[in-house]
This record gives sequence, structure tokens and C-alpha cells, in this order.
Amino acid sequence: MKVVYIPKLLVAAFLALSLAFLASPAPAQGPTPTDDEVNRIAKQLYCPVCESTPLDVCPTEACRQWRDLIRTMLADGKSEEEIKQYFVTQYGVRVLDEPPNRVLTYLVPGVAILLGGLLLLRGFQMWMKPSGTGTAAVENQPAQDPYVARLEEELKKQK
Amino acid sequence: MTETSIPAPRRGVPIWAQIIIWVFLVGLLVIVALGLRRAQQGTVQPGQVIDNFTLPLFSGYELDGKSEVHLTDLRGKVVVINFWASWCKPCEQEAAEMQQAWLEYEPTGQVVFLGADYVDTEPEARVYLKKFGITYPNGPDLATRISQYFRIKGVPETYFIDQDGVLKYVQVGPFSSIDQIRAQIDPLLK
Repeated sequence: MKVVYIPKLLVAAFLALSLAFLASPAPAQGPTPTDDEVNRIAKQLYCPVCESTPLDVCPTEACRQWRDLIRTMLADGKSEEEIKQYFVTQYGVRVLDEPPNRVLTYLVPGVAILLGGLLLLRGFQMWMKPSGTGTAAVENQPAQDPYVARLEEELKKQK
Repeated sequence: MTETSIPAPRRGVPIWAQIIIWVFLVGLLVIVALGLRRAQQGTVQPGQVIDNFTLPLFSGYELDGKSEVHLTDLRGKVVVINFWASWCKPCEQEAAEMQQAWLEYEPTGQVVFLGADYVDTEPEARVYLKKFGITYPNGPDLATRISQYFRIKGVPETYFIDQDGVLKYVQVGPFSSIDQIRAQIDPLLK
């Protein structure tokens, strides 16, 4: 019976190659993201070329490229925030459906409208009242006229 | 008991508050008016001195080995800045002419072509540049700052800036021949 000896060097090489294969890092790209995953982010973005059309439903070539880019970035493991930040850096803050600083964005016009409304209300109130002719009843105030004062004293005595 | 008629004290919004409110409202109106005016304006007009801007450049498309270019560094040269995008079909009509013109003027050292890639993705932009064999400096118009400054209405648009930084000509839409490009550059060369 013929015995076939496998050289030790060959075995070592085989083992080394197997280990190297097992130890090799997994590919960076994950599974291809679905359209829903892409559109979840795309609908929060607007391409400056097609204003007022969200990216998820925009039919232009530019928007298709953006959606492809979102898909690639998702596959690369980027988070939603990272992707949105990338788009803001590349194309400006106007690509976002909601401005980042919501407090200031809504507060400033809100305060302006409120102040304007108050001013108008006050203006109307003053306009409706005859100006400068207002009277006020002043009671229990000592009369300036000595005759009236004396008359009041007499009346008090009679009571 | 008596009732005396005396003028009622007039209570109103304090004068300082009125001033603040009016200043605020007028300021808001000015902002709205400026926004509307800007929206109705066309591109920047010839004769205007163009402010400095910085264009980052794609690797492989640098200018003299620099990865970004500042307009002020190009004083003394004619600058041709072309806004384009890979998704823009009319841009393809002039791509070859632009490159041909660049090859013609680059050896003179007096003219610099810059491509500003507008609202584009880099992989697609690179495919476009390779497809048309474009070699002049190109880079993304980050955050659309440069295109907003020039108030471009679309792509392609090309701006010719003279040696002193003054805008001399605006081409809206594609060039149909290299002669059109020459006709704008040659008079600017001293």
C-alpha cells in the first residue's frame, strides 16, 4: 500500500490561508437597503433644483442620483442623521424639510405677529374711544369751591 | 359727595415699547422685501466686481496641486467659471467645446477655467468628467454658496471674469461652438 505523505510545509500554508480567510474583515457594505428605508430619509429632503417636491417623489435625474446616494450611504452603515448632515454640508440647509433651529424659526415670526396684533388692538381701542374727553367720577374728594364745601357740611349736619 | 369732571389719564403703550415694536415690524418688512427683490433679480450683472469665493476641487482636478481655489488668488488672469451638473443634458452640449477651449488657453497661462458642479453627487460627476475628457479644475459648489452668490437660474451658466475681478459676460445656457467662447475670452486678453 502506497502512503502519500503531505509535506508539513503545505499543511502549514493551508492552515495559514484558512485562518487568514476566517480573520478577514466582513465587507463594509451591508444588505441593500429597501426603497422604504431610502424614502424614509428622502422624504425629509428637498432637492434645490426641484423646489417644493420632496426627494422621495421627485422624478428628475438629479433626485434619482440623490436617492441612489442615500441607498449607498445606508448600505455603508451611515445613520439617518449622518446622511442628512452630509446633504446639508454638500447642498446647504435648504435641502431639509424642517429648518434645524426650529425655536428661532418659529419664535421670531410668532413674536412679530403677536406684537403686531397687540399694537393693532391697542390702536383700535384708542381709536374707538374719543380722545381727551374722558371723564372720571371722583368721589369723596374734598370740593375745591368753599361754597360747595360749606353746603356739604350743612347737609351732613341735617342728616 | 360730589362728582368732579377731570380728564382721564390716557393709558397707552409706552413710547419705548412702540418704538421697539415698530422697528421690529419695519425690519421684518424690509427682510421680506429684500427676499422678494432677490427672488426677482436675475444673475449678477456684468460690471460688478466679484467677491472672493473658495471652490474645493475634486482630487485629480486640482489647480497647480492645490485642492481648493480662491478667486482672489487668480487676480491677473481671466477666469471662466462654468456651472454644470451631471444630470444636466444641455451641459453635455458644451462639454467638449469647453474642454477644447481650455486646451487652447491653458498654455498661455492667462486664463483659468473652473468647473463648479451644482447640486450633484461626486460619483456621477466623476463619470461625467471622464466621459467628456474634462481636465480643467473642477469641484463641488458646496452648499450651493457660489451659485447663490451668482444667482444662477439653472445650468449650464458660464461667467467670464477679467484680470481685475470684474464680471464681463454671462452666458446663460450652453455654448454651441468654441468660437462663442473665444469671442468672450480674446477681448479680455491684454
